[in-house]
Amino acid sequence: MTEAVATLPLAAGDRVRRRHARSVLGALALSTPALVLLLVFFALPLLRLFWLSVDAGTFLPYEKALTERLYLTVFWETFKIAAAVTVLTLLLGYPVAYFLATTTRLWQFVGFAFVMLPFWTSILVRTYAWMVLLGRNGVVNRTLLDLGLITEPLPLLHNFTGVLIGMVHVLLPYMIFPIYNAMRKVDADLVRAAEGLGAPGYAVFRRIYLPLTMEGVLAGTTLVFILSLGFFITPALLGGGRVAMIAVIIEQQVREFLNWGFAGALSVVLLASTLVVYGLVHRLLRPRFAEGVR
Amino acid sequence: MSRGRSAGTDLALRNVTKRYGAVSALTDVSLAVEAGELLTILGPSGSGKTTLLKVVAGFELPEAGIVMLGGSDVTERPPAARNIGMVFQNYALFPHMTVRENVAFPLEMRRVPRRLIEEKVARALALVELTGYEARLPTQLSGGQQQRVALARAIVFDPILLLLDEPFGALDRKLREQMQLEVRRLQRQLGLTTLFITHDQEEALVLSDRIAVMSHGRIEQIGAPDEIYERPANGFVADFVGESNVIAGRAAARKDGLVEIELEDGARICVAGDRIPDAGAEVRVLVRPERLELASDGAAINRVAGTVVETVYLGTSYKYRLRVPGGREWLVRRPVRAGEAPLAPGDSVAVGFAPGDAHLIAG
Amino acid sequence: MRRRRISAGRIALDLFVGLVFFFLVLPLLIVFPISFSSAPYLQFPPPGFSWQWYERYFGDPVWIDATILSLEVAAATTVLSLAVGVPLAFALTRVRFPGREAIEKLSATPIIVPTIIYSIAVYGLFAKLRLIGEWYGIAIAHTLHALPFVVIVVTAGLRRFDINQELAACGLGASRLQAVRRVTLPQIKPSLVTAAFLAFITSFDELVIAMFLAGSNMTLPKKMFDNIRMEIDPTIAAISALQIVFVSVLLVLAGRFGEDQRGIANAR
Repeated sequence: MTEAVATLPLAAGDRVRRRHARSVLGALALSTPALVLLLVFFALPLLRLFWLSVDAGTFLPYEKALTERLYLTVFWETFKIAAAVTVLTLLLGYPVAYFLATTTRLWQFVGFAFVMLPFWTSILVRTYAWMVLLGRNGVVNRTLLDLGLITEPLPLLHNFTGVLIGMVHVLLPYMIFPIYNAMRKVDADLVRAAEGLGAPGYAVFRRIYLPLTMEGVLAGTTLVFILSLGFFITPALLGGGRVAMIAVIIEQQVREFLNWGFAGALSVVLLASTLVVYGLVHRLLRPRFAEGVR
Repeated sequence: MSRGRSAGTDLALRNVTKRYGAVSALTDVSLAVEAGELLTILGPSGSGKTTLLKVVAGFELPEAGIVMLGGSDVTERPPAARNIGMVFQNYALFPHMTVRENVAFPLEMRRVPRRLIEEKVARALALVELTGYEARLPTQLSGGQQQRVALARAIVFDPILLLLDEPFGALDRKLREQMQLEVRRLQRQLGLTTLFITHDQEEALVLSDRIAVMSHGRIEQIGAPDEIYERPANGFVADFVGESNVIAGRAAARKDGLVEIELEDGARICVAGDRIPDAGAEVRVLVRPERLELASDGAAINRVAGTVVETVYLGTSYKYRLRVPGGREWLVRRPVRAGEAPLAPGDSVAVGFAPGDAHLIAG
Repeated sequence: MRRRRISAGRIALDLFVGLVFFFLVLPLLIVFPISFSSAPYLQFPPPGFSWQWYERYFGDPVWIDATILSLEVAAATTVLSLAVGVPLAFALTRVRFPGREAIEKLSATPIIVPTIIYSIAVYGLFAKLRLIGEWYGIAIAHTLHALPFVVIVVTAGLRRFDINQELAACGLGASRLQAVRRVTLPQIKPSLVTAAFLAFITSFDELVIAMFLAGSNMTLPKKMFDNIRMEIDPTIAAISALQIVFVSVLLVLAGRFGEDQRGIANAR
């Protein structure tokens, strides 16, 4: 009966194509408002900013950004802080995620409350609280002095340490969630099977758990690193003008010097680094994700 | 709710073809469901029966062909305007609506006056014996009850056609059999023209007025259940519907309305056939396991010696796997009788069948 | 419940995690006692109880105006981002069309572009358009900021939704629009609530964009930022305490009507 297919009139399938075209048009109509907003109020201003950075037809702003010692230091500092924050959040976050994934329902609920509440609290509120806590006369120093653990107040605020503490506090949940999600997917039977096969606890962890949760670790570290690079509020307040992260410099260039070209160039460099990190990790993760999904 | 329709064709498909990319899901399918009839589409997964259902319901538009419903061409009509009552595989009850709201939904969509809605919902729920469950949510019902709600929702608006998509798959065996009988009763009582989709051949045999067996996007055979079972049109139907022993051979001679067939190993068997093939043509002979007789049952023309390989107790019958000459295996099914010891593996027996109990299918 | 062996490792883990939890909530806990301090300036522990900082907040029109502006902008952002984000989520999940992937990617990019870059970029454009200082200017920029969360959450909700439900409604006589309104939207309500919550909080807490776009107007975060920079007086503590309570209430509501918290964690 293959002839039946072969002898279909030429117009056959036209109505199907017509209907498909109609549903595609419908989908485009539904996307249009969002698309217009994204193009006009997101893509356009960013492109305009990039345009301003090469407006004079030269790459002078880029030359300045990439050769002047001051800005190189800022970039170096920014990457250093981002790396430190990433490592610290991983060290603190992995055990927390492990705890949340393996504890009883009640403790899981309580634990989530501990993570979610600060997560949803305004960064400004938290930054303010850290200023109260970490100041020279702050709660932490006072407590330590009273306990006789130190004789001189520790310099915790308006320096690298203060920025680090504040940023770790803000970004810790971003590390915990992806790792927790990866852990939740680990089949408990797998771990039990390994234990049943005689593997001691640490071996189960190293040979089974760690490799299976690597994906979450990678996702968490990328996310935290990328977000750290563009951080503004925390370094601006807890750094007290002494910790120059790139976002702070960009703001300064626009607000104080109205130097759009240079701010644009710095932005492009920052965005490019962000995208490179994102792209690299994405490439690394892609094959495994594809396996997991399909 | 009973409609007393005049006889005629309620649903007809003419030369329907549906493709997904390069894959042909339906190829030139034609089909007619008469008023009040329950027609079953039976096929394995991937046979195109789900696509057929979607085309009938209006969820898919075929590249070619026509769908006629109640005498008018509905091929391009949206599902909402087709007046088909459908029961989905997992019922698709709306979880955020009560039983009453679920059943009232199609009536509200048709702007039926409120007072009439109350009446019709009450009557439909009474029909499926769920009066008193109006305020429950679907999640508060058992599987069988959910299915009754789905059924009530599908018939409450007097559809032209009732469409059942594997509705019993989620039920356990006992409930499934009960619901099958109930659906059959309702369908008869209301005279509902019904298209029933399933992959379960037993279910199809029990429920249907007629069965259409599908495979690879084509209809292999349409006929009454006994016709499908006794006289399958080809090897696929024979194999898919019920268990079968298929013997390949070559038509050798004809005599007295019987065909003599020569097997590969030279043995000859006799088969009654309404279509007598030419001598020398390749043919296949189908014998159902329960039509095979053990030698002790009496004289058999087509007699073969075999050895029991396996004995399976099935409650009402024994199933034996026999090795017969030529390296083939046959299945034999015998009823359990008091005082009759079953055969054991290793036993040698002779089996045979009457020429009328075998069916010739084209090579 | 599963029996667990109590090992030294587990105890060490529990202790460590307890310390991290303490680190996480410490800043939240500290603002409450300070907000009730009777001291005329920041002092810890507070020497006595008083409502003075709350009185100062509620009595100062600048603070109140800033709060009202922030609430207005957040409400507008919520409405606008849902109004464009939900239809987009439908388009992305229902039909395969050319450019779909590009649009989905584009709608998620605002997440990875650092806020400071977006802020100065949109500041440049809005200065040209004379939109600086307009509340709706901030709302539009905040909408772009919140849109990815809305799209991600609603898209996920729609992908989980059983499309047969909508088909069933259509088969029973509902038009596409009726089916979506009566069957689909009620069933993805948790996702919608969660998306609305995310959009609202994203805008309400947002500082950097507002700093550039608000002109001489004050949003609550902007006023707080200025105040923290100038003088760390306990008024901020009172506002912080109020905000923590406010967000907790929203969180409970979102937990009651929205998705599982873990779902939110995934999206953000």
